[in-house]
Amino acid sequence: MSRVVIRTEVLGKEYRRGVQATSGLLRDSIAEAFSSPVRFFRRKSMEKFWVLRNICLEVNEGEILGLIGRNGSGKTTLLKILSRITRPTEGWAEIHGRVGSLLEVGTGFHPELTGRENTYLSGAILGMGKKEIRRKFDEIVSFAELEKFVDTAVKHYSTGMYVRLAFAVAAHLEPEILLVDEVLAVGDIKFQSKCLGKMGEVARTGRTVILVSHQLSQIRRLCQRVVWLDAGQLRKAGPAAEVVSAYEADMTSSGLDGSRPVEGRAQFLRWKLGGSSTSCDHILSTDGKTTVCFFLRVNEPLQGVHLGVTLYDQASHPLWSRTMEGLNLKTGLHEIRYTLASLPLRPGVYSWRVGVYDSGVRVDDWDSLPKMQVVTVPFAQTRDDIAGFLNVPSELEIVPSEQSS
Amino acid sequence: MTTNLANVEQVHGARAASPVQRIQPPRAWFELRLAELWQFRELVYFFVWRDVKIRYKQTVLGVAWVIVQPLLTMLMFTIFFGKLAKMPSQGLPYPVFYLAAVVPWAYFSSALLTVTNIMVENQRVITKVYFPRLVLPVSAVFSGLVDFFVGFVVLVVFTLSYGMRPSFPILLLPFFLLLAVMTVLGVGLWLSALNALYRDVRYLIPFLVQFWMLASPVAYPSSLVPERWRWVYGLNPMAGVIEGFRWALTGRVPSPGSVLYVSVAIVCVLVLAGLLFFNRMEGVIADRV
Repeated sequence: MSRVVIRTEVLGKEYRRGVQATSGLLRDSIAEAFSSPVRFFRRKSMEKFWVLRNICLEVNEGEILGLIGRNGSGKTTLLKILSRITRPTEGWAEIHGRVGSLLEVGTGFHPELTGRENTYLSGAILGMGKKEIRRKFDEIVSFAELEKFVDTAVKHYSTGMYVRLAFAVAAHLEPEILLVDEVLAVGDIKFQSKCLGKMGEVARTGRTVILVSHQLSQIRRLCQRVVWLDAGQLRKAGPAAEVVSAYEADMTSSGLDGSRPVEGRAQFLRWKLGGSSTSCDHILSTDGKTTVCFFLRVNEPLQGVHLGVTLYDQASHPLWSRTMEGLNLKTGLHEIRYTLASLPLRPGVYSWRVGVYDSGVRVDDWDSLPKMQVVTVPFAQTRDDIAGFLNVPSELEIVPSEQSS
Repeated sequence: MTTNLANVEQVHGARAASPVQRIQPPRAWFELRLAELWQFRELVYFFVWRDVKIRYKQTVLGVAWVIVQPLLTMLMFTIFFGKLAKMPSQGLPYPVFYLAAVVPWAYFSSALLTVTNIMVENQRVITKVYFPRLVLPVSAVFSGLVDFFVGFVVLVVFTLSYGMRPSFPILLLPFFLLLAVMTVLGVGLWLSALNALYRDVRYLIPFLVQFWMLASPVAYPSSLVPERWRWVYGLNPMAGVIEGFRWALTGRVPSPGSVLYVSVAIVCVLVLAGLLFFNRMEGVIADRV
């Protein structure tokens, strides 16, 4: 019987909604306190909401626990409480062992410093001692495959190099409990699988991992047990396959992203990649034929509307777009399916945007979530920062050419 | 039942083996948490190291600037307050009189500014990983000392070149430096936490520093303050620091005396109150910074 290393009792976190809305200036707070003292002090009791409530959990030693749920369901908040970044409002948690958290890749990196300096700095911030970092330094650098660049300032690194070094530092943390938030979704597919291997290794040595991910296939592969959070509450906990299936079923049946209220004449609910060669719903791993599906619920019949879709890169540059005019749609759920002969993109994060307009007036316009991960193997060994977007096989020939006289 | 008992025992065994943390809503008002800060002393070192490294990497002038700045300030003071306004200098040559004040003052004003901004500048780290937040202001207070020591060398060279040979009081110099460091920490803890919660606090700093300099014996000797008000003057701990520097380095001016006792007392209160306030705000900072 394995022992419990994390236990939480009725854990809850409350935020004040007004916090972001006010200007955050001392001047204004003072002015407000003087001008309307009643409202100033009552505001506290008015605009509170729970991002997490009644969370009772037990995590065993050596277990990889998956944490799933929609955006805003409280996954990150739970990790932040367990890693002591933020404090709970009620309840308590008890943790046995040293905790390391990995909520972001490259925590504490400074662009002006070299790879070597950043390794020490980031390692120290993540909780490693100086001696420990010195001992693991060579291992970290070779894991990141950056031997030649350790003494180059990180600002000259490509995105891929930066991410590899950042993850390598994090992967060499040896806490008894590791909390990971969505950071495995970086790098090319080869580096990803290397990271996954490292995670499995961590758990085999008796350490405990809590992993947040939107990539359900990853959760299925890595985790024994999964907890599903829904609107800050614990919806279901149990064996990975069971909980993930229930979650997927819920996603397809209601199909609603938590942040999108049901209203309007029509609404996009979710999107997915179709086609047999894709490994997961929102991950593109082929450069061949690709199908993209958007689910649109039409609440009132639409006549002669305009439908548009655009693919953007991470910097919001449009890469591909298609529009259609004069479309008639009946009420009900529609699946809008685009099939592209090929979508040869380099690895990275891309996003889709779909919109329906009725004579120029917006019916729905959706920056679709989650974003699309492209994990193809790059054909060309070009530096990431100058490689562009296209991943197309090419041939290179250099032949002597006679100068025509 | 037996399995239950075994389980309980195992949990207790685990408690003995590895550190147990209990995470709960903030309660106590009186948490200093200095032991935790000590555990993270290596991180303090790394933050100081980072600050210094970046500061010297990004500036063209680097060390030269650190030397030139106090010298130029001293020169201005000597010309305008010394030669033109004929300010009394307690028998010290003006360059020594002013440099002995400018060097600790430059540390105080720049460190105070750094500490105030430290939580906001490290916002990303604060919201992504845990370490005692106290590490940040403490490291900011120390990283300013590197510039101070460069300036201090200049100060010593000047003092010696004017034929002054420090005697016994020089041994107390580290104590006056500590007083300056603690003043920055005590005030900085309040300002850094407040600045994380309210962004306009940083705009108050230049005014505060200017005001504070006029209230400190930088441009004039504290002997201008009437004797019976001298202790009130000591409520500004920088008065004790600057008078202390002049006294310890040259040995030619009267020791700070009553000013110093009041300064030490007020700094103790400031640091203690700053620690309590900072720790109280710590839980809120990650949510609001």
